[in-house]
Amino acid sequence: MSFLIDTLAWLSDPANWVGAGGIPTRLAQHLLFTLVTLVIAAAIAVPIGFLIGHTGRGRGFAVATSGAFRAIPTLGLLTLVALWVGIGLNAPYVALTVLAIPPILAGAYTGFEAVDRKVIDAARAVGMSEAQIVLKVELPLGLPLLIGGLRSATLQVVATATLAAYVADFGLGRYLFAGLRTRDYGEMLGGSILVILLAIVLEGVFALVQKLVVPRGVTAGLPTDIPGGSSRSRPVMESTIEEGNSNVHST
Amino acid sequence: MTWIWSNLDLIWDRTIDHLVLSVPSIFLSFVIALPFGWLAHRYRTSRAVILTTVGVLYAIPSLPLFIVLPFIVGTSIRSPLNLIIALTLYGVALMVRVVADGLGSVDRDVQQSATAVGFSGWTSFWQVELPLAGPVLLAGLRVVAVSTVSLATVGAVIGAQNLGSLFTDGFQRGIQAEIIAGIVATVLLALALDAVLVLLGRLLMPWTRRSASGARTRRDAVVAGVAT
Repeated sequence: MSFLIDTLAWLSDPANWVGAGGIPTRLAQHLLFTLVTLVIAAAIAVPIGFLIGHTGRGRGFAVATSGAFRAIPTLGLLTLVALWVGIGLNAPYVALTVLAIPPILAGAYTGFEAVDRKVIDAARAVGMSEAQIVLKVELPLGLPLLIGGLRSATLQVVATATLAAYVADFGLGRYLFAGLRTRDYGEMLGGSILVILLAIVLEGVFALVQKLVVPRGVTAGLPTDIPGGSSRSRPVMESTIEEGNSNVHST
Repeated sequence: MTWIWSNLDLIWDRTIDHLVLSVPSIFLSFVIALPFGWLAHRYRTSRAVILTTVGVLYAIPSLPLFIVLPFIVGTSIRSPLNLIIALTLYGVALMVRVVADGLGSVDRDVQQSATAVGFSGWTSFWQVELPLAGPVLLAGLRVVAVSTVSLATVGAVIGAQNLGSLFTDGFQRGIQAEIIAGIVATVLLALALDAVLVLLGRLLMPWTRRSASGARTRRDAVVAGVAT
């Protein structure tokens, strides 16, 4: 259990909470890096995702790319870009922006796609322009899934930013690598716990936001019992009732 | 390119190391996720508890988990077992939700019909619900396979040997070809395992080839990783 004491000692050591290598500075670096990467990735992915979702064109391409990107190992991309552009912050920025694009793109277009076609037809029928349909119908209804995409992108960026300390001197990941090198259990475990806490807190925040952005009209219309009852709430005599089948009771 | 030709043995060895890590993790994820997924599907209280737990588990970044895990379970930090446990945890975290969703997608009428013709809860699960949830489970397992193969490379920075070692070694020695070879080998391995799973799916669920479009929307959401 000595490693536990080492960890607590490292976390509570006032020397680790001040200066350029202190926990607050590294945490701020980590967060700022995550934010900048996400903003760049979202600026690229959201408009493309909306276009695909609204027009329905290029869908197969988007599904294929978001699937293929999952197979690319983050560490490989990170080290390769680092060799190209040199050690420093540029490599992680490039690599992580590339990695953050697919989940955001997927969130944006699935969000648009999940909108019922009838709702869009209704919006068109009451005289909404295409821009109004996008902004007032598709965007609010698709927002929870878009936030879902941002949520998985954020988790990926926070995790990979930790890994990025392998090629650049920044962020909380530095404690992990420094601790591994010098076999300082307190430092590597303390750093790991900080990263894990950061990821869980961000996950919680996104889960909350995702719930809050569901439009009130949608929440009101949701079925209240989740498992759902049988589709046949009463005994079926003769034939089943089908939508658009006018001669149901003709027999 | 010359680096690749003169180091084919090394690439092959690391690929085998990688397979030894990934295949058990993928298999164990599926086996362990089944009962938990069923519990999450069946009861409302266990659903909330299990889905929240796997949500938090999945949020934990890989590198810190690789470092913290040995101190919790007592494995050595560089042992393959440490990585297999960590990768299995991620696989389970992903798969439990898929199993719960898959079982939830089975038509209530079909379940009631199974009960009506005399299936017990146990046989109904194995012979009715599980096969019908099959396509969703397969889609989830494919995502698990691909992300496991990709995630395993991270183990290289803590000194575990696998295809990720080509990244760390290539980076330290400044050999671009080594890193590129590692990326290509990882992606190919992921695609190969994915193809094996698709093939297994066709063998075990021959009926899905005719009516694949039904589960498409749900499956795409699973594959895109944004299913809520």
